[in-house]
Parts: sequence; structure tokens; C-alpha cells
Amino acid sequence: MALEDFLGDNIFVTKLNDIASWCRKNSLWPMPFATACCGIELMATGASKHDIARFGAEAFRFTPRQCDLMIVAGRVVMKMVPVLQRIWLQMPEPKWCISMGACASSGGVFDTYSVVQGIDRFLPVDVYIPGCPPRPEQLLQAVIDLQDKIQRTGTVLGSEFDRRIRPEGPRPLALEVPQELQIVAPGNFASSNRLVPGNCNGQANILKGFNGEKR
Amino acid sequence: MSEEFPPVIQALAEAVSSEFPNGLLGRTSFRGNHRFHVCPKQSHAILKYLKTRGGFGMLVDLSAADYLQYPDAEDRYGVWYCLLDVENGRRLIVKTNANDPDPSLDSVVDLWEGANWMEREVYDMYGIEFRNHPDLRRILLPDEFVGHPLRRDYPMRGKGERHNFPVLTRAEG
Amino acid sequence: MALKLADVIAPPADVREKDYLWTLNFGPQHPATHTTLRIVLNLDGEVIVNSVPDIGYLHSGFEKLGEHLDFNQYVTIVDRMNYISPVANEIAWHQAVETLLGIELTPRCQYIRVIFSELMRLHDHLLCVGAAALDLGAFTAFLYAFNQREKINELNEWASGQRFHPSYTRVGGLQRDLDDVWIGKLRAFIKQFPAALADVTGLLNRNRIFLDRTRDVGVLTREEAINRSVTGPVARASGLVRDLRKDEPYLAYKDFDFKVVAAKEGDCLSRYLVRMEEMRESIKIINQAIENLPSGPVNAAVDDRMVLPNQLSVYRSIEGLIHHFELFMTNRKWKPPVEEVYAATESPNGELGFYIVSDGSGTAYRARTRPPSFIHFALFNHLAQGHTISEVAPILGSLNIIAAELDR
Repeated sequence: MALEDFLGDNIFVTKLNDIASWCRKNSLWPMPFATACCGIELMATGASKHDIARFGAEAFRFTPRQCDLMIVAGRVVMKMVPVLQRIWLQMPEPKWCISMGACASSGGVFDTYSVVQGIDRFLPVDVYIPGCPPRPEQLLQAVIDLQDKIQRTGTVLGSEFDRRIRPEGPRPLALEVPQELQIVAPGNFASSNRLVPGNCNGQANILKGFNGEKR
Repeated sequence: MSEEFPPVIQALAEAVSSEFPNGLLGRTSFRGNHRFHVCPKQSHAILKYLKTRGGFGMLVDLSAADYLQYPDAEDRYGVWYCLLDVENGRRLIVKTNANDPDPSLDSVVDLWEGANWMEREVYDMYGIEFRNHPDLRRILLPDEFVGHPLRRDYPMRGKGERHNFPVLTRAEG
Repeated sequence: MALKLADVIAPPADVREKDYLWTLNFGPQHPATHTTLRIVLNLDGEVIVNSVPDIGYLHSGFEKLGEHLDFNQYVTIVDRMNYISPVANEIAWHQAVETLLGIELTPRCQYIRVIFSELMRLHDHLLCVGAAALDLGAFTAFLYAFNQREKINELNEWASGQRFHPSYTRVGGLQRDLDDVWIGKLRAFIKQFPAALADVTGLLNRNRIFLDRTRDVGVLTREEAINRSVTGPVARASGLVRDLRKDEPYLAYKDFDFKVVAAKEGDCLSRYLVRMEEMRESIKIINQAIENLPSGPVNAAVDDRMVLPNQLSVYRSIEGLIHHFELFMTNRKWKPPVEEVYAATESPNGELGFYIVSDGSGTAYRARTRPPSFIHFALFNHLAQGHTISEVAPILGSLNIIAAELDR
């Protein structure tokens, strides 16, 4: 191209979207939401042998307001879901989420009364990692995959997120128990509205989110 | 199935049954586990006796089971106290029971401080109330949880508590 | 430096308690909690007046699952209980099951289980010491400790196929026997381990910051330790010299020559020192176990139809296949007596016991865990009262709370 001939090797010509995504993908700041066993593998990934710093993602910050990548490592139980959602909402845009391990992705071996069967039912997830727990190499691969995704889809203003207005995971398991057997915790649990007993017919029963707007 | 009791436990059982005539309902032994089955009304007094006179200074474990579907069970809940004599290394399990509709027992927090959380856990999981407990609240489950999950009539997958949250979408982050 | 409440100047009489105390929420997402603990601290300036631990943020129904999975299946769940020393949990669970079924283990199996128990003790103490140091700002010790943990993970992987949750034990035996290559790897590991331990010791034992922040912090007396059911390294650091390996020898522990490590002070520093010294004793035990490892089968009492048959006999003989089926079919399985049993082992964290109520089927009617972390975390308020807020981290680090075991 004529322009490149004119500018020489010193100056690159690129799109603003590409350069912004390139910057973002190589400086991910993970927020380790480590709850269980996978958290130890997350620590192992950060430690000497596997060294996540090779991929530009070693700056673990424990405050959500400094992070743009949430790694949910370990099972999330019902007492923890409001905490998880609040932390997600506190993270600044643009942000991504890795669901690490079988428990976070699907409940894993814990198909019990208290374990959420996959965080993607209540939270958008970008990359899933299988394994119980995943090896550190798998987590590194997930980071690489996420970098690839950011490079391919990222825009400066984050407009790729604007279109994703529907819940992306599987539907909540509201129909799993017959309605007459359901007991749903009454009251306002950690500022999120909960289902009303006797009003359980699938998706439509979840009326309000954190900000109280109708969906 | 009954085995030989060591002489010390044997003597202790006789002392307890002479001190509390109706307190000691029976004793069994299985592969080194020696158990006293005691009357729930006198459980606190017997445990106090075992602590002060029997030398069982440590409460190793306190928990319960729901015998709803257990073969030939007469009482709904069984509560056990695993005691340990720290100086001599002896162990003893004291078992008592509780029944619906208001399962309750005397708290042993005044004897062993370590019983505090264990009794709260039993209350949380089985709904057995401990009288005179300083702080009887749910410990593992959220306060507004309804039901007691380790009871046998509670389904393993729960009653819908785990999918009762608002869904966040990507656009509203 | 324990600041006692009495040292703090008393507030004026007309000030109500609420007016000058303030509340700080510590967790559930905080770097020093490592996992999911929440503590509501009631503070007078910087001094902790009272603290209310709030747990259950990882309550996943382990004990309910134990009532639905059979004796071999539940191993995978038990693994995930204290996930920094997984095989120690498996050994404790299967010891309780074997006590119930009345199975006598073979000498080789006992020795291999001893080796794994002690490897897990190293595994646990390395993470505990490394993470406690990390919370106090000593990042390098954490890296040294994790380097060694990776090596233990490799040993796990070689023995069982999974590096983190091996699920290595089975009722009456093991998943598979160890081979000579593994023994060679273990020897190499044992040979280089004391040097790494010396590195960690050198980084911490004369580190002024580490010493100042742990000495005389969180003191637990022997009487309180007994009263509050404390076991394991925490109890031994308080002078309660009790170790099930010596006092109620299980597996083959009576064959080995080792010392029970204890201290008198009962503060965070002595808990750290006890753990470091225990690692040296563990190395001694492993060395003796490799030298005297008996030959023979690892699975006990094959004729009793209690232990899974090996792969060869399942594929090559009709008896083996039937035997295998009998243990897997839902209406057969084991036939334990209708009884209850409590059996405990000395896990790295303290006395880990299982109370199994059996109704005569192959699944436990009730599988109660006696979790050391749960009992140790109940201590927290007692230890932290009167200390400053910065001392929460060393106290938590020295108690070694594992949330999955705490909440189950």
C-alpha cells in the first residue's frame, strides 16, 4: 500500500478496535474468585512452575474494581451466589469470566440441595474449563483462548457486549421440583429478590434483578 | 453384637447406673467403640458426671442421625457425644435420643466450650434444639432457609432453593 | 504483642457500646481468607472487641451425598473435603469403613498408606506455612513451598492418574500397586526435600517481620485446647501432646521410630514451628517405610468378597467378573453389620474421624465427618479478642482453615 510505503517500518497502520483489543488481551488482571479445590490449582498456576505471568495475567487483584477477568474457581453454593453477582457487577467494563472446573461449570459431582448447578445459570461466562480440578495447563489454555476471543470480537467501546441482553446459560432449574414440594426461602436474601412460593413456572418467575428493573 | 468392656469402662458403667438409677438405658460395644445409651432427660447430668468423675475432659465429636428409615429404630433422632480422656487415652461414646414434634436436648456448652458450634450444626441440619445454648442459630445454611437438609425426608436435590436467584445478562454488567 | 482490652482507655460512661465500636466485614472474598470465610469484626479503633465468624459459604452437602453413594464411590467426595491433603481423607474414610466391615489390611497396603499419609502431611504443611507466610508478605517462601507441592502432585499422578484428587484408596486396599519407578521418584523427592525445607526455614525463622507478627499472637492454653476440642498441630503447639499415630496406633505406625512434636507457648509462631518440625519427622517415617516396604498383595481378603478384584481377573475369569459385579450392582454390594462405628486418624490438620451408621446396606446410613477445621475455626473469636486487626491474618494462617472441610 502506498501509505505503508510512505511511513516505512516505524509506524503501523491498524484499526482502533484491533489495537485496543491487543492491549486488553495482553494485560488481563484476574480476580481470583477461589472457593474450593480449583483455587489451589489457581495458586499453583500463579506459582513458580507454571507461572501465569508468561501470558500477561499475573497481576492478581483481590478487589473487583481493579480487575477485568473473573476466574470462578470452585463450586458456588446458594449462600455465595449473591456475593458472586455483586462482585461481578462491581468489576469495570470491559470484563470477562472464566468458569474453572466442573463444579463451577455444571455443579460437578455435587448434585445436592445447596450447590448451584453451573454459575452460567446466573452469570454470563466466556470460557469454561473442564476437569476436577483442571490442570494448570488447562487454565493457561483458557487464558490463551480468551485472549483469542478478545482479539477477534473486541471493540473500543465494548459494543460487542451491548447485544447480549438475554441470559446465556441454561435456564434455572425451577421446574426440577414439583410445585407443591417447593420451599423457597422467603424474604430478601442479601438484597436480591427471591422467588415467591407458588409462582414457579419457568423463566418468567424471575422478575427482578439487582437493580430492580423488569426483564 | 457385644464385646468385652475394659474393666475401667465396666466400673464406670456401674458407677453411673448406681448414681443415676434410670439414667443408663444400656451399653453396647463394637470393635473398640464403647457406647453408653442414656436417657435424654438425664443426659446432661450423666455427661457432667463423666466429665468430672470419669475424667473425660474432651468432647471429640457431637453429632446426630435421623433414624427415620433405620431398621427397628424406636426413636427418630439419635445424638452422640464422643468423649476422650486426654490423660489416659480412653474413649467413650454416649448416645441419647430425641423425638418429634419438638426434638430437644440439654446443651452441653457449659461443660465443653467446643460443643458450641457442633450443637449449632446439629440444630441446623436436624432441627434438634439445645436448651440453654448461648447462641443457637443456623450455622451453615442461610438464616431464611426452611427445613433441615440432613433429615431423611429431605430430598438430596433440595426443594428448589438452589435455583432461586436473579439472572444477570452480559449487557447489564 | 497482645493488646488486652483492659489496656485500652475506658470510654465515658454515657457512651453506649454501639456508639464507638465499629463493624468490619472480613470476607467472604478476601485474600487472607484464601477460600470463603466471613468474619464480622467488632472493632474499638484497631482492637478486636468481638468477632462473629459466619460460615457456610461453601456448604455443599457432603454428608447428604455420603448417604447416597456407596463406600467406594464416596471416596471421590471425601477427596474434595480437605483438598490440600486429599489422600489423608481417603485413608480416614476407608479406615472407618474397614473398621465397620472388619477388614484386616495387608502389610504392604498399610505401609503404602503410611507413606501417603506422611506425603499428605508434607503437602498440607507446605501450603499452610507457605500461605501463612504469603499473608504476612513473605512471597518467596510461598514459591519454594509450592515448588515442592508440585513434586508431590507428580507423585500422586504417577501413582493414581490424577494429580490433585487421586481417589487412591479402596475398601480393603488401594486402586493399584506402586511400581519401582514410583519408589525411585519418591526417593529422589525425599533426597532433595530437606534442602528445600531448609530454604523455607532460612527465609522465615529469622525474619523479623514474620517473628514479630506471629510471636505471642493468638495464644491458646492447654486447658482451653482441651475444653474446645482442639487436636492436631494446633493442640500440640499448646502443649497438649496427643498424636493418634502414637496414642492409638493405626495402620503400621507402631513399626516406625518418630517423635511427636510439641511446643508450650501456643501462639502462632509455635504452631508454625511445630508444623516445620513435623515435616522433618514425616521425612523420617517415609524413609523408614521405603526401606522396609513389605512385598505381597495390596488388597486384603479377596475371598471375603469385600475388595474389588484386580483388572486381570475381571477380564480373564468368570469368578472375577461375578465378584466385580456383586460389588457394583445396586442390590448386592457389601453386607456390613447393622452397627455404628467411629474411627479416627491423625490427619495433617488434627483428628479426622468418621462416624458411620450402617443399616446393613452397601451405603452408609449416616456418614458423619469430624472435621478439624470446623472445630479450629470455632476458636477464632477466642484467639483474636484483644488483638489488632492486622493480626487476623496470622491467626487464620496458623489455624489452617480449609473451607471445604469447614462447611462440608
